[in-house]
Amino acid sequence: MGFQSPALEYGALAPMLIIFGAAIIGVIVEAFLSAKVRAPIQLAISLGAVVLSLSQVWRLRGSATTTAAVNSVVIDGPVLFMQGTILILSLFALLLIADIDAFAAQASAVPGSNEEARALESGKIQTEVYPLTLFAIGGMMLFPAANDLITLFVALEVLSLPLYLMAGLSRRRRLLSQEAALKYFLLGAYSSAFFLFGAAFLYGFAGDVSLAGIRSAVSGGPGNDIFLIIGMVSLSVGLLFKVGAAPFHSWTPDVYQGAPTPITAFMAAATKVAAFGAMLRIFYVSLGGAVYSWKPIFTAVAILTMVVGSVIAIAQRDIKRMLAYSSIAHAGFLLTGVIALNQEGLKASLFYLASYGIATIGAFAIVTLVRDSSGEVGDLNRWVGLAKRSPAIALIFSLFLLSFAGIPLTAGFIGKFTIFTAAYESGNIAVVVAGVLSSAVAAFFYIRVIVMIFFSDPVEDTVTVTIPSLYTNLTIWIAAIATLALGIFPAPFLDFIATFATFTR
Amino acid sequence: MTSENLVYLIALPLFSSALLMLLGRKADKWGHVFATLISASTFVVGAMEFFAMIDRPESSRAVTQKLFTWISVGTFNVDAGLLLDQLSIAFVLLITGVGTLIHVYSIAYMSHDRDRRRFFAYLNFFIAAMLLLVLGDSYLNLYVGWEGVGLASYLLIGFWNQKPEYATAAKKAFVANRVGDFGLSVAVMIAFANFGAVSFIGIEEKVGGASEAALTAMGLMLLLAAAGKSAQFPLQAWLGDAMAGPTPVSALIHAATMVTAGVYLITRSNFVFDNAPTAQLAVVMVGTITLLFGAIIGMAKDDIKKALAASTMSQIGYMIMASGFGPAGYAFAIMHLLTHGFFKAGMFLGAGSVMHGMNDEVNMRRYGGLAKFMPITSITFGLGYLAIIGVPPFAGFYSKDKIIETAFNAGGVQGVLFGSAALLGAVITAFYMTRLMLMTFFGNKRWAEGSEPHESPFLMWAPMAVLAVGSVASGYLLYSGKAIVKWLAPVVDKDHHEHAEFLPPIVVTTLAVVAVIIGVSIAFIKYRGELSERAPSEVSIFTRVTRRDLLQDDANEFLFMRPGQKLTQLLVKTDESVIDGAVRAVGSSALGSARGMRKLQTGYVRNYALLILIGALVALFAALVVTL
Repeated sequence: MGFQSPALEYGALAPMLIIFGAAIIGVIVEAFLSAKVRAPIQLAISLGAVVLSLSQVWRLRGSATTTAAVNSVVIDGPVLFMQGTILILSLFALLLIADIDAFAAQASAVPGSNEEARALESGKIQTEVYPLTLFAIGGMMLFPAANDLITLFVALEVLSLPLYLMAGLSRRRRLLSQEAALKYFLLGAYSSAFFLFGAAFLYGFAGDVSLAGIRSAVSGGPGNDIFLIIGMVSLSVGLLFKVGAAPFHSWTPDVYQGAPTPITAFMAAATKVAAFGAMLRIFYVSLGGAVYSWKPIFTAVAILTMVVGSVIAIAQRDIKRMLAYSSIAHAGFLLTGVIALNQEGLKASLFYLASYGIATIGAFAIVTLVRDSSGEVGDLNRWVGLAKRSPAIALIFSLFLLSFAGIPLTAGFIGKFTIFTAAYESGNIAVVVAGVLSSAVAAFFYIRVIVMIFFSDPVEDTVTVTIPSLYTNLTIWIAAIATLALGIFPAPFLDFIATFATFTR
Repeated sequence: MTSENLVYLIALPLFSSALLMLLGRKADKWGHVFATLISASTFVVGAMEFFAMIDRPESSRAVTQKLFTWISVGTFNVDAGLLLDQLSIAFVLLITGVGTLIHVYSIAYMSHDRDRRRFFAYLNFFIAAMLLLVLGDSYLNLYVGWEGVGLASYLLIGFWNQKPEYATAAKKAFVANRVGDFGLSVAVMIAFANFGAVSFIGIEEKVGGASEAALTAMGLMLLLAAAGKSAQFPLQAWLGDAMAGPTPVSALIHAATMVTAGVYLITRSNFVFDNAPTAQLAVVMVGTITLLFGAIIGMAKDDIKKALAASTMSQIGYMIMASGFGPAGYAFAIMHLLTHGFFKAGMFLGAGSVMHGMNDEVNMRRYGGLAKFMPITSITFGLGYLAIIGVPPFAGFYSKDKIIETAFNAGGVQGVLFGSAALLGAVITAFYMTRLMLMTFFGNKRWAEGSEPHESPFLMWAPMAVLAVGSVASGYLLYSGKAIVKWLAPVVDKDHHEHAEFLPPIVVTTLAVVAVIIGVSIAFIKYRGELSERAPSEVSIFTRVTRRDLLQDDANEFLFMRPGQKLTQLLVKTDESVIDGAVRAVGSSALGSARGMRKLQTGYVRNYALLILIGALVALFAALVVTL
């Protein structure tokens, strides 16, 4: 029995290969080039790779579904759409990362030590963040494309490990950042264990790790139902942890607050797309036949997530924590798209992910701009009266908040509307009612922030809005325009999504 | 037939208006000239269309232009389309012609106002909206213009809004118009519900199949709309206060054009009214009440502009009354509208000229003997005066005489009643207009100190002179050979009704002339000699009521304002205690539970991990329970 090298479909895999290749080049650059020139070169490599990869995704759109790499990867409509979305969101995240003073001079230096001071003085910067980002992007692109549980797990780890590291790279308040990274890592590993445990049980149930194999086992195979349920629930815990659904959400506010803001933006936007992509695939493709087992749990989780995210957000005093809870609430809304389990639900989820992602990146981009002498100001009380100083920024931030709240004429409204409609039509009325009610509660805290920004007099304080650099400016404006455009003329984009929204089983 | 040029009639002034407003003070130097040229260009376009129309055979005189598809929902389609027929061209020429003259006049009249450019921007906007009103080919398109002129009127009445009472006047006009607009919107809904169409042509085709009740309802709603816009009873109260606006505005909007939109609306909707006799009767009654109401108020006014406003109300009452008589009356309603456009605009400009020379004094008791000092103004005004009271052969004679004749011809008791009312109106008109002439231009000087009356500059008197020519000649020109009747027949009298005669025309004419003589004589006897600077205070209850505008404001206050305020207070209380209370309760309970739940967020990884484990176990247990 000779060893047969697997046949790789380079064309179909090109988007991911480009990203991974560029990540490896980035590592080599770190090793061989002098510190001074690394930053611009790394940025150029990263942006180039993302754009090139995006062009490959564009080339692949509309082509017939293929499986690649010995059936471990599937390239179909939703995958291409999600890869495209992840790439676009990453592009903006990279632009935010390029405003590099969010990152530590030397992450390995002990906070407060002489070593740290020296590193700061020498003007060093931790440029490893670029290859790390690229690896994470690659993992995110692979996650929804994975066609078996092993590949799924590998993708999960490839996307998670760089994020754990990146969360600890903050230049300021480093202890908070490192604590966040450690928490994220520990809990992430813990949830990965659940995931792996579930994968093992599913293998035990189906005798196969491929999604297609599990699907056929679910729809009338000889498997053991208890194994199926244990496997399904455990696997879900791993996935729900990644999307930040209650009660597996506790890490989210701590990590979002501690991580450097560009990384928070990247996590909040792109990770959510990848994780929901994988979740949608597993439940639409493999476990659709067992819907009566998992739907009640998912309904409960969705409702709990919406309620927890919306209600706790009200009591937050920190803008990043508030956005973290908002992202939890959005995870709940997105879960209704999973529960809907129909074509409309998939379409709505794709739209929601794109519109939520872009607004999230924009909102965090603005968070990076509000500063005092010691860095970003998260305290909401100090955002009071911001509009008096920077009306344009305040206006755009309000636009993002209104989109999160789902107010008409923003993308968020169309997203919520389509996703709730899909859930309603599939008969999940309870979750829609809970969704609408918690949307109302959520609107309360978003609008409270807008009121604070606009209608209160600024406190005597040193908070300023820094003039955004070209990169950040570009991100903010494109995000704002996209949010408004998708809200006012959603039809072309929805039609565009409809051409993607069929999973290959 | 279609035409590609109609849109320019609206686009030109709209563009100019936008330009002047967007450029702001940068356009201060040339804005007024530009706006006037644009207005003149629209007149030229209108005139070209008119001549082109004359050249076409009668059957194909109307032209249309489709601009774009406005609304397309299922089978319901509304195009933004324009229709220029024999009726609308008359309005187009009036609006652009008189409009341009008033632009010219305003250049001089507003020359000391630092916001002159803004004034001209509004004037151009008004022209555009008014043209859209008369050119729209459906009720919906008309509605847009209708609201547009309402807005222009509001902005111009309150043009000097630094004075609170002027701003209040603007608001009053706006509110009264809102009531009328409500009628128009309901009428559009009725049309859509019954005909599935809102275009004039579409409704006219299907009008035969509709029930009379629906047509009556629609007619009454249209009448409500007309009453709001044209200051007819019971929505008449705003017009007197609207005189707060600059005088050229009173001339253009509140005398010649906008306030006559109600007459246009009813005439345009002839296919509805002709099939709804009850609604027609209501129209006649509203017109009759208003023509007397306005005339009576006019007798007691000492403010020259308010006296003219009361007279406008009364004259429009004549037009509304005429349009209520159906095919027999439409043409005369429009004819009176056109002649009135000339003489009333001319007199308003004359009043402006007098005010210009008298330090903006409007009280006629402080005028007197001005004919010597303002010869041109007094002559042009005098020609307008002869026209309005109906002295042959001036313009108003022909138009008013025909309306009185039509009223008598309506037949039976009604005819006698309405005809007599119209005659009585003519007596009163002759009285109060003579009074106004005598108090202003003749008699003893009662000027305030420091008044140095002088004739107005050329740019002001030239438009007055042109309008005076119209006041003299337009009646004869429109009526000779029944020109206006034949011209409008394809629109308003398609079946060529034969109109019965109740009294021979010569009798009616004689009666009308006698009425004028009576009115003038009474006024001469009363206001011939020396007058006091103050209005007499020992007067009868009748005079006092008349001075209070026949209690129109008191009635509105008692019937609508006070109950409305009570209702508002009640609603506010409900809002505060019930609705806000509920909202606050939700908010505070959410905040309370948020604080409680936040305690779970300890910051310790071990707690988080435990929470995840518990969550997973509960989920697992639940799944097992559900499945097995």
